[in-house]
Amino acid sequence: MRTTISTEKLVRQFDSLRAVDEVDLEIEQGEIYGFLGPNGAGKSTTVRVLCTLLAPTSGRATVAGYDVAADPGKVRLNIGVALQEAALDPKQTGNELLRLQGRLYGLSNDEIDQRLADLAQLVDIGDALGRPISTYSGGMKRRLDLAAALVHNPEVLFLDEPTTGLDPVSRARVWEEVRRLNQDLDMTIFLTTQYLEEADELADRVGIINGGKLVAEGTPFELKRRIGNDVIFARLDGDAAGACPMVESVAGVAGVEARGNEMVITAAEGTAVIGPVAVALNNCGIPVRDLTLRTPTLDDVFLELTGTHIQTSDEAMEAELAEMTESDTTSDTTEVTP
Amino acid sequence: MTAIDATVRAPATPSAIRARPAGFAHDVVAIAGRALRAVPRDVEAVIPPIFIALFFFVVNVGTLSDLTETSIPGFDFTAFQMPTAILLGVTGVSRAYALVLDVQNGYFDRLLLTPIRRLAILLGHLCADVSVACVLTIPILIMGFILGVRFESGPLGVVAFIILAGLWSLAFAGFGYAIALKTGNPAAVSSSFLLFFPFLFLTSSYVPREELSGWLDTVASINPVTYLLEGLRSLVIEGWQWADLGQALVAVAAVGTISMWLCFAALRGRIKRG
Repeated sequence: MRTTISTEKLVRQFDSLRAVDEVDLEIEQGEIYGFLGPNGAGKSTTVRVLCTLLAPTSGRATVAGYDVAADPGKVRLNIGVALQEAALDPKQTGNELLRLQGRLYGLSNDEIDQRLADLAQLVDIGDALGRPISTYSGGMKRRLDLAAALVHNPEVLFLDEPTTGLDPVSRARVWEEVRRLNQDLDMTIFLTTQYLEEADELADRVGIINGGKLVAEGTPFELKRRIGNDVIFARLDGDAAGACPMVESVAGVAGVEARGNEMVITAAEGTAVIGPVAVALNNCGIPVRDLTLRTPTLDDVFLELTGTHIQTSDEAMEAELAEMTESDTTSDTTEVTP
Repeated sequence: MTAIDATVRAPATPSAIRARPAGFAHDVVAIAGRALRAVPRDVEAVIPPIFIALFFFVVNVGTLSDLTETSIPGFDFTAFQMPTAILLGVTGVSRAYALVLDVQNGYFDRLLLTPIRRLAILLGHLCADVSVACVLTIPILIMGFILGVRFESGPLGVVAFIILAGLWSLAFAGFGYAIALKTGNPAAVSSSFLLFFPFLFLTSSYVPREELSGWLDTVASINPVTYLLEGLRSLVIEGWQWADLGQALVAVAAVGTISMWLCFAALRGRIKRG
């Protein structure tokens, strides 16, 4: 297997902010690599450096065998990129956009016709290509953006949060298309995402980035194994930290993490431990609201590594809206109070 | 066939087609083609300048012809006004606003991700602008002919007149692109029309230079548009006056050098910022 994307101590600094901090990556041909992290972790900056939109501050990166700083033109010939926001001109038709894209990659008219026929097999861009892009749905725009990234038949495909903001049906269609590209064409795919299930579902290997640093890397299975086989999640009516020593002393418990009124307990054999854990919590005198046994998720891995949960932009927006609604309700109440 | 069967697709087959550099001229033509195709969809960007130019041309001729022609013996106000009307029509006509929208909606990044030469992105837009500006001069010229204007320099003079107006449009457009690329802000680009006022009104737009009052004459003497207008008017009123044409070209080149320097510096800055 040939290494298609490689970075050595890659750094990208914006004034005092080190957005990418000495990241080392080795991604082989035909691999789907999931780059997972919360908003602001450095995912998009890494992609922009690898795609030659940003120069690295220090370190080295090669894509498709070419150095991104020394040979950006050759890198661009070999990569396709769908950035976080679908980068489309709403006044063009889908057809115009794809044809212009083909011309800029040096394709002849016949080759462009051939590629548009190929793309119709790969990406469900339907019969809307003659319509202005402004009339497309969000999912359709994403698929057209993906088609634009593929017009020139690239060796490496970068997808920067390809499903953010999409409904579940559109998200599933994008996943299917990503799988097809990888399986049918052996295309190397570098996928950034803030959705854990997306990384779990699609990626052969996952890199977790937080605060610009690559904090873990491996297959989803390997990463989950790092924190044990099972996770017991407890929600308490009180401060969970107070119960930690008692739970830690239970035989078979591998680790205990407390945050507010929540406790995450890892164990090799969850079924054997959940009973003693319940007893230990009861002995602490803190009432237990929920006690759930499940297998670990990538979120548990992220929590273990960073001490926080991944919050997607969708969740952040929902939280903000909830806060705004609450604040509106409060102000309404204040107004009607005599 | 079931609905599920209908969605099953044959495996995609690998393609031998590969990307390659398209060539600088090809890149410029591709970008200019896109910009020109967008013009009919953005008619609101070209109709108002032409309407304003034609409106003021007709109104000014109707209002001031008798007054100026009585005061200045042998003076043809309609011929004198036509270059002013042309500059009103073509100054500020550019795709800078569209470019700033490209920056905002990410399409500019999509262009940067292709192997296109960065310079070709700007030159493509500028080529399209010159073409549009040249076409926009035609209705104003037709109006001038209807009002009785005749070119002393003949048909070739008309061509030179259109080219000179197009080059001025290009030189001025550079400011719009510089603001677009520097700020990425449509409002800032829209406000760039403010530059239009000192250039077009602190000069001999409405009366000959010698009729200007003291301070305005001083300002007009350093305004490049004064020399451009004199060059354009020479083609209409006097014939081939090489000294006037040379000064007009130098004036356009001076403005163009500054605007293009700003414009390409802004492009470099935007590419560097990523």
